[in-house]
Amino acid sequence: MSSDTETTAATATGGPATAGAAHTAYLLGLADDALIYSHRLSEWLTWAPMLEEDMAMANISLDLIGQARSIYTYVGSIDGTNRTEDDLAYWRDEREFRNVHLVEQRRGDFAQEMARMLWFAAYQKGLYAALSGSADAQLRAIAVKALKEVRYHYDHAAQWAVRLGDGTGESHDKMQAALTWVAPYVAELFSDDANSVAAADAGVGVLPSTLQAAAASAVADVLREATLEAPADSRWHARGGREGVHSEPMGYLLAEMQHLPRSHPGAAW
Amino acid sequence: MVLADVTAEVAVDVPVAPDAHEVLAAVRAIPDPEIPVVTIESLGILRDLRLDEAAGELHAVITPTYSGCPAMQAIEDAIARVCRAHGLRGVVTTQLSPAWTTDWIGEEAREALRRFGIAPPSPSAAGRPVSVSIMARPGGDDADQAVACPRCGSHRTTVLSNFGSTACKALRRCDACGDPFDEFKALS
Repeated sequence: MSSDTETTAATATGGPATAGAAHTAYLLGLADDALIYSHRLSEWLTWAPMLEEDMAMANISLDLIGQARSIYTYVGSIDGTNRTEDDLAYWRDEREFRNVHLVEQRRGDFAQEMARMLWFAAYQKGLYAALSGSADAQLRAIAVKALKEVRYHYDHAAQWAVRLGDGTGESHDKMQAALTWVAPYVAELFSDDANSVAAADAGVGVLPSTLQAAAASAVADVLREATLEAPADSRWHARGGREGVHSEPMGYLLAEMQHLPRSHPGAAW
Repeated sequence: MVLADVTAEVAVDVPVAPDAHEVLAAVRAIPDPEIPVVTIESLGILRDLRLDEAAGELHAVITPTYSGCPAMQAIEDAIARVCRAHGLRGVVTTQLSPAWTTDWIGEEAREALRRFGIAPPSPSAAGRPVSVSIMARPGGDDADQAVACPRCGSHRTTVLSNFGSTACKALRRCDACGDPFDEFKALS
């Protein structure tokens, strides 16, 4: 991702010189969610239902990569390891990734992608709005910027949910099935873990559980307009992503994403 | 974009006394890599520029339009090239805060965008996405009709997609002349 041209840091004043493990683990969770979902969205190129959607998926994927890069670069500068964004994206193994299971799931049909994006963007909207008041100045700067972007992502998914839900009988059924598919993965987005509790206590992060009500209400509004029903809660829920315990598709995703830099260490464009 | 605390080393081949006015003007005149009719200064991407003649360094501060804007690397490279040509060491800093807004695009640049076929961002926009009716119908329910077609000037235009040819643009269609066009989407 980085190139030969080097630049100086724009780390805003107020950020910690060396951050604690919980602080950086919390930041990695945010960045890993963005990176892994951007990879999944990039898989839609040439597979979306129309050219405009190819471009939309690529744009949204690019926004998420940008967010991940900013956070990785920041983490590498404060965790005492001096790792670059590339080190963090390409040279960590599965157990070191802290993303939720939702974003690593295989690409399904278009309705499934819109259901996933709707929940993820609703979560990120609340997340970045809250982090716009973070005590960590660099995280605050990243969040203020990202919030403007994820509003567009949310709007995009919401429009498609309505279009499909309130469309033909078949598109309605597919969108309804997509909501059932995504349901078991939603709770993990809003689950607190030790790192988010510590980050929230320090005024750096936000407790994920405090974001749930607003996101659920936003999604419920979309479903109502889309003539869709909220699916029954699933009997199981994904969990463990924040601790590095992932589902089966994650290894395959990393193999594809990481294989080039690992096969050709130091390769540059 | 690299935020790490490292400093650019631009080779100084010939130690010439730089003409301050000339080098600063050259950096300001660097065109945007994706929209070459406007400069990085007029788009508000170049936030600060300072020449340290004693140290032989040029300090530039740039900010991305969107987090993932791929043009940032090209802009850094272009600044480095200008520095090299003037025998200076270039130090480029990427700064995220305050976050870029389309309100920083100057009047002259707006006109240049329009002539280039890109509708300039609406200055009054509240920075939230304009609600798009996907695969919009002509004369559809797009409430925000303020954006004028850069070709024929008609305000009867429809958003086709909030995601256009680059991260900073949306795709519109003019319902009067029938042409599709890019719109620099408002971000405040």
